[in-house]
Amino acid sequence: MSRFSFRYYYILLSVLLLLSLIISARVGAVNISYEKIFAFLGLNNASYSNIEEALFWKIRIPRVILCAFVGAALSVSGTLMQALFRNPIVEPGLVGTSSGAAFGAAFVFVMGSSINAAFANSVGPFLLPLFAFAGALIATLTVYKLSNVFGKTNVNTMLLAGIAVNALANGGTGFFSYVARDPQARSITFWNLGTLSGADWNAVYLVGISTIAGIVICLQYSKSLNALLLGEDEAKYIGINTERLKLKVILINTFIVAMATCIVGVIGFLGLIVPHVLRMIKSGDNRFLIIASALLGAIVLNLADMVSRIIVAPSEFPIGIITAFVGAPVFLFLLIRNSRKQHKGGFYA
Amino acid sequence: MLSAQGIFFSVHDKNILHDISLRFTPGKFHAIMGQNGSGKSTLLRILAGSEKASSGKVMFNDKLLHHYNERELARQRAVLSQHYHISFPISVHDVVMMGRYPFFKNAPSQKDKDICKQAMQLMQVLDFADRDYNTLSGGEAQKVMMSRVLSQVWECDESNACILFLDEPVSHLDIRFQHQLMQTAKAFCNKHLTVVAVLHDVNLALKYADELLFMKNGRLTYNILPHQLNETILEAVFDMRVKMKQVDETLVVYTP
Repeated sequence: MSRFSFRYYYILLSVLLLLSLIISARVGAVNISYEKIFAFLGLNNASYSNIEEALFWKIRIPRVILCAFVGAALSVSGTLMQALFRNPIVEPGLVGTSSGAAFGAAFVFVMGSSINAAFANSVGPFLLPLFAFAGALIATLTVYKLSNVFGKTNVNTMLLAGIAVNALANGGTGFFSYVARDPQARSITFWNLGTLSGADWNAVYLVGISTIAGIVICLQYSKSLNALLLGEDEAKYIGINTERLKLKVILINTFIVAMATCIVGVIGFLGLIVPHVLRMIKSGDNRFLIIASALLGAIVLNLADMVSRIIVAPSEFPIGIITAFVGAPVFLFLLIRNSRKQHKGGFYA
Repeated sequence: MLSAQGIFFSVHDKNILHDISLRFTPGKFHAIMGQNGSGKSTLLRILAGSEKASSGKVMFNDKLLHHYNERELARQRAVLSQHYHISFPISVHDVVMMGRYPFFKNAPSQKDKDICKQAMQLMQVLDFADRDYNTLSGGEAQKVMMSRVLSQVWECDESNACILFLDEPVSHLDIRFQHQLMQTAKAFCNKHLTVVAVLHDVNLALKYADELLFMKNGRLTYNILPHQLNETILEAVFDMRVKMKQVDETLVVYTP
């Protein structure tokens, strides 16, 4: 455990986040020079065209900011789920939250116009977030209930239940892309691999507000989540109403993941790696983890998105593939190390 | 203080506890003993409030135990369990500070920090306050957890009587620390703390406990004072031959 205070890390990560935002805003199908970026921000008076300015404010900046919020949402969600399941190998992709949200969103993609017609367009723009949240909540609660045997979380059952629920949700999403008309289907497929290409200011507001609200509320529970480290009975003994805590955290967590997922699709493994790295370099205190994983998650996803825009420019690569290529090996490494820790020696281990 | 009336507890039609009634004396050290699987830990969990009895009631200060909210109860009752598994790195100091969680909202006050430090000093774990809990030996971990529950009942006094449950608190400790832990618990009894400990070492219980409770097959078979203990009772409880003998000032239980 290092000697630098939490504040030192917050400042360092904030500076890195700012840098990654600026670098990320520069690259893409059209590169914008730093001079021009500073000119757009009114910091110098380099010359630029109106098209470049529009591209910067209407496409690049919303995308970069959305990316930061999504990264924060998924990483904080990973932190919360790991605290709740009391296990370091949990993340929203594994316990069904993301695929549940994806299923709800795919449903709206294909059936949205019919549902809207039935409710005389009264639900309108809230339809997508609403169904994504419902799908995510059902999937998460199912896995959580199945993996909790006699008040203890059984990790094997959790992973298996996660596989089953993910398969079911993915099957449902597949069904919708099969029955969908062509453009809808393509958007579902691309979106199932994660993409930030749909970024606009409305998306930024939706994900930004839900993420920040979720983080601020969860910070109040960081002490209770720390208490949960000892186990559920023990947390009760030191004054925590564990049932209420679990319900609240699952609800908030599902909400922020669903809002992010319904805009950008399924992006896996970020929520697994970011809290783990922070725990290794500094502390397992959930207060620190929530704040720092929001910052680090925003940085990491911004870098991943930058890569996705560079490697096949002027086209772009699904970001979910990048996070999976990096994240899955890390997950396997953690899984192996974890099981070794649990079965030290033993003839039949 | 704490009392129980007609406690029954069963899981899957198997009776674990059968008609247990008792009343703990404030400020006294109570030792619960009995064979493995006789229901000691289950009784402890019910009295501590983490398990609900199938029937019967537990009263704490003239109020039903399950009518307390968690935080309210945690300010007067602490529990040291048998096993802890923490799957994340966490420093010893942070573990001990959890004993103060019922007393502060966001950040610990200076008083909370002082109490933690004194509790760690008492259990001699201050030297490794910054180490990761998961790297400790079984005995060290037990001392750390004891510091945590002590910091929780630290402010116990006449107007704020607390109760401390200990489930096999000395199982990993060397002989010196076994006595030290018992002496510490005993010293807290003078500050009006009521102690209820599940113990296996009859000699340790004889030396430190004020009241002895023996359980067998889910029933409370004896609730006696130490000087009332005899060979007949021990043989009935443990189903084996034992002898008792006076050595200097101490009454010793041994196997012939």
